[in-house]
Amino acid sequence: MAKESNLKNMALVLTLVCLFCSAVLGGAYALTKKPIDAAAAEKTAKAVGAVLPEFDETSYESVEALGKTYNYYKAVKGDETVGYAVESTTSGFGGNLSLMVGITADGVVYNTTVLSHSETPGLGAKCSTDEHFMAQWKGLNPSEKILKVKQDNGDIDAITASTITSRAYTLAVANALAVVAALNKEEKSNE
Amino acid sequence: MSNRMKLISGGLVKNNPTFVLLLGMCPTLATTTSAINGLSMGLATLFVLVLSNMAISAIAPAVPDKVHIPVYIVVIATFVTLLQLLMQAFTPAIYETLGLFIPLIVVNCIVLGRAEAFASKNGVLDSACDGIGVGLGFTLSLTVLGLVREILGAGSIFGWSFLGGRDGMLAFVLAPGAFICLGYLMVLFNKLFNKEK
Repeated sequence: MAKESNLKNMALVLTLVCLFCSAVLGGAYALTKKPIDAAAAEKTAKAVGAVLPEFDETSYESVEALGKTYNYYKAVKGDETVGYAVESTTSGFGGNLSLMVGITADGVVYNTTVLSHSETPGLGAKCSTDEHFMAQWKGLNPSEKILKVKQDNGDIDAITASTITSRAYTLAVANALAVVAALNKEEKSNE
Repeated sequence: MSNRMKLISGGLVKNNPTFVLLLGMCPTLATTTSAINGLSMGLATLFVLVLSNMAISAIAPAVPDKVHIPVYIVVIATFVTLLQLLMQAFTPAIYETLGLFIPLIVVNCIVLGRAEAFASKNGVLDSACDGIGVGLGFTLSLTVLGLVREILGAGSIFGWSFLGGRDGMLAFVLAPGAFICLGYLMVLFNKLFNKEK
């Protein structure tokens, strides 16, 4: 069984154990850093790739708009800006609903994808699986449609029994569009 | 040898951590929304349990009594962080679903409980067997619980859907379903395997 404790052996054992453990973890961190970064980069590339047409490279930037800070990826092909993938977060039914909204340079929504959500499984969670709901964002032109769900006299079909989630999703897309509109304005004034 | 087999089977049935000892309820209820999630959480805990049991039984004789808990926690936390880094690097998809619950393995009472009750008093090999037994027991319980909830709640088995796109009984994927399923499975398990009680 365990030894009798005195100050000397307690301090010694704790120090040795902690030193050894930190050395092991330091080594593991160094070894896994590369694959972890690669996995994170791949995930981002996938999310951006899913919401924007073909591009060469992206840069990660942020902008102040609508009283909040929005992070976005600017996708470039050659010298031309293909579009922006904006990370847009609103309050859903069960917590934050985070979307990646891809908007092409002409201000049309290319596609959207859910980054994270905590909506009710089987109801609001359908916002990331329901084909009809997801398809209506593809190629959506904000000048032709009212960005509100039909219950609020808009043009967006809500998910059955998940109006709150659908509203949050719609608001997130609308916010992303407003951010990109602000970006475009800024760029024009700089030219 | 038969003694070691007994240690392993003991963790599976007689001292099953979930259905008999009722330890580690937080990850049990939270991660068993599907069979595959339950299975991954069980395996992650098994990994930590076996390694920490072995390490602790090896160093236990040299650890002064008054600091044994902090030492054990440091050892367990090291293995959990190791696991977390490895999962993040090589199985990012599973890491994302289990996310928050991986670091929480540190304070899973099963791990510290086995360290304190068994590993600190027994040899390295016996402790490894005990870790395997209890870990497998935990994995099995979580997988079964996840499977039942997935079948009832989502109408699928290990992600393979048999309802053809229709919904299952949603309540079983949500928190109340976790409690209901756990309760019934506990009754069933003890009726089947622990009759003498």
